[in-house]
Amino acid sequence: MGWRQEEKNNKIWISRELSKCSGCRKCEIACSLQKENKIWPEASRVRVFMLVPGTEFPHLCTQCEDYPCVAACPVKALSVNEGTSAVVVNAGTCTGCGICIEACPGKVPHIHPRTKKILICDLCSGDPKCAKVCQEGGWNCLKVVAREDHEFKLFSRTPEETAKELAAKMYGDKAEELQ
Amino acid sequence: MMLGYAGKFLEVDLSKSSCNDVTFPDEWLRDYIGGRALAAKIMSERLLRKWEKVDPLGPENILFFMSGPFTGYFPGGRTCVTGKSPQSNGMVGSTVGGEFPVELRCAGYDGIIVSGRAEKPVYLFIKDNDVEIRDAERIWGKDGKQTEALLNRECRKLLSERYPRVGVWKEPAKLYIGPAGENRVRPAAVIAKWTHAAGYGGYGAVMGSKNLKGVAVKGTGPLPEVADIEKLKQMIDEVCKGCYGNTLWRRWGTGGGGYSFGAETSSEPVRNWQEEWHDERSYGVDQFENRVWVKPAWSDFGCPTNCLKISCVHAGKYKGAISDNPDYELQAFLGPNLGVFTPEENVYLSSLIEDLGFCGIQGGSTLGFAAELYQRGIITKEDLGGLELKWGDAEAFAALAKKIACREGMGDVLAEGAHRAAIRLGELKGVNLMPYAVTGKGISIGAHGIRSGRDFSREIGYACSVQGGDHSSMTDLPIDGWGSEIWQIFNDSAVMCIFTSFNLSPTFRYEFYYALTGQTLSRKGWLNGGGIKTLQIQRAMLLLGGPDLRWNPMVDDDNPARFYEPLPTGPCKGQSADKTSVREKVRQYYDEAGWDQNGVPASEELRKLGLEYVDESLKRLRS
Repeated sequence: MGWRQEEKNNKIWISRELSKCSGCRKCEIACSLQKENKIWPEASRVRVFMLVPGTEFPHLCTQCEDYPCVAACPVKALSVNEGTSAVVVNAGTCTGCGICIEACPGKVPHIHPRTKKILICDLCSGDPKCAKVCQEGGWNCLKVVAREDHEFKLFSRTPEETAKELAAKMYGDKAEELQ
Repeated sequence: MMLGYAGKFLEVDLSKSSCNDVTFPDEWLRDYIGGRALAAKIMSERLLRKWEKVDPLGPENILFFMSGPFTGYFPGGRTCVTGKSPQSNGMVGSTVGGEFPVELRCAGYDGIIVSGRAEKPVYLFIKDNDVEIRDAERIWGKDGKQTEALLNRECRKLLSERYPRVGVWKEPAKLYIGPAGENRVRPAAVIAKWTHAAGYGGYGAVMGSKNLKGVAVKGTGPLPEVADIEKLKQMIDEVCKGCYGNTLWRRWGTGGGGYSFGAETSSEPVRNWQEEWHDERSYGVDQFENRVWVKPAWSDFGCPTNCLKISCVHAGKYKGAISDNPDYELQAFLGPNLGVFTPEENVYLSSLIEDLGFCGIQGGSTLGFAAELYQRGIITKEDLGGLELKWGDAEAFAALAKKIACREGMGDVLAEGAHRAAIRLGELKGVNLMPYAVTGKGISIGAHGIRSGRDFSREIGYACSVQGGDHSSMTDLPIDGWGSEIWQIFNDSAVMCIFTSFNLSPTFRYEFYYALTGQTLSRKGWLNGGGIKTLQIQRAMLLLGGPDLRWNPMVDDDNPARFYEPLPTGPCKGQSADKTSVREKVRQYYDEAGWDQNGVPASEELRKLGLEYVDESLKRLRS
């Protein structure tokens, strides 16, 4: 084992290869069916943005190592699940103030359209349905991996930043005028 | 209120700047389901009694953007766009992919019904129950890609200003028109996501005539409540698994067609259908994949098939051209149909046609029609303002497309579409140009010829369809068989995508309908109910026609003249449609459809179906 002597854990991470997203939004469908028992894109914890056609990508919590959202919450409604590493929302405490959205480098959290509480991916307690449907369809954009394989600092980015990069990759010089 | 439906429709009168919620009787929803059929029912109740006088490009025409109970649940979302067609003067249920109908249903609406004409260019902005008619002066005149970007930016800004502190807003879904629609060019389409189009029917021109540049919608609610969500989850899974197994379809989409419908099936339009065969390997889908694809799998909401791909030309004189595969229809109509056989030129022309807001089929067919007239010396370089419209010259075709979109010079006549242009230019030149207009009831025929007998198109498929040349609404004998148009009416009314439903059992869609609505429906029920009623209503509209053109069933329930010319090349050389056989089958179709010997729906048939008001209107034809 050499220098890596840490205790084995079951922490997972949803890796994402954004250029592989087909834009099918099956992750949104699976997430909202799991959490709401309805097909409800705006209540899904993962949201697919299409700021430029063809550059669709899933936008979801990255579980940053420093968890700025958890630190920012004024009412301590957010905590980290030690088992999965997911951010957990205490809906009873959350006031829907949106301060965590501002704290998030990727502006990932959003407010549930009906309950007005914050929505953050909770990794489905270790069995994320979004990654499952993405794998079933063979797109391989979202994939569950062991978190310990990703020990570099994790951070998220805004939809605008991601879209810009994907558009440049796909459309080259033309990308700028498409946004 | 019926389960599976949002429960209301948005009625917009652009002349009065009014927006209201409306509902229709549950009985109508049960009979006509949604989409194409329900719109035909609503339209017939409102305008059939004066149909011939309704100008499709006048304020009295009604434009529908419809979903159905399947929309959003059945994998692969589509919107049905319809109204009185400026191409056929009947009603054409034209569908377009994308997230629009899902957002619409999440906003609480099953459809939008637009009448009147705005004084100035406007677009509709819908956020749940908040509906606004907004100024579109700054967007008017912009091409497709510019419009998509401008609407996105403006609507996301509005959302974050009006509904702050809820997180980053996703883009709303949009339908819009390009310059061709604005200028009421009859081959204009209603466009979504740059490359998706409701093409057949010419509803881009109808939007333009209403000064309606686009519709943007963001819905934050769930899809409508259904009868049995558990059952639906299983059924959605079943649809997806069926599609996942279809690996060739998923990999290539319809993109293999550009080569194979020419080389193998011999049913692809080549140089305006003068031939239907080519063997250009430069046009194989592998060439497209290698040279221009930048995204190998592109889906709309919930779609497991991803038959779309995105192409972008990265080098050479067409650098910066972006389109989808292109799919088979655009590959054909903006490829071999114009004598063009390279992926780069095809992507360039597709990109331009979509940006200008044309239907690729209607636009491509009109370009091919013009090129054949040029080939025959009927129109000249002078007529075309200096253009030498030679087969295979992509830049010449691009220049002409721009002229048509702006109605400049001869573009003004061609902007009427191949059929009407043949009439007008024919009068001008004193020549019968109808043999060169490959159309059915004013609608350019899809890229599936009938002469080889190897394609899925049939002898009377276009001749008897209530949607004319629409290859996605062909019909066949027997009228209760699987080739009948009545099943296409179901798909367009449910509203579902046929490219996700190939592997399903015959009863699957009725079980799906039951899980959605809790109402039972059978094959027979649809055949003897909403299906046949819609067929009769659409037929009545088509025959009443007007105001500029009317169809004579004895002449127009037929194939275009070109299909009776023998194929000059390829494996099916010498083959053509057989006039006697076609006449016979058309007669038989009249019988089975309950139409009299003149092709008019019979009085007793209509009364049996409870369509007395349709019968009343048809008296004007019978006298």
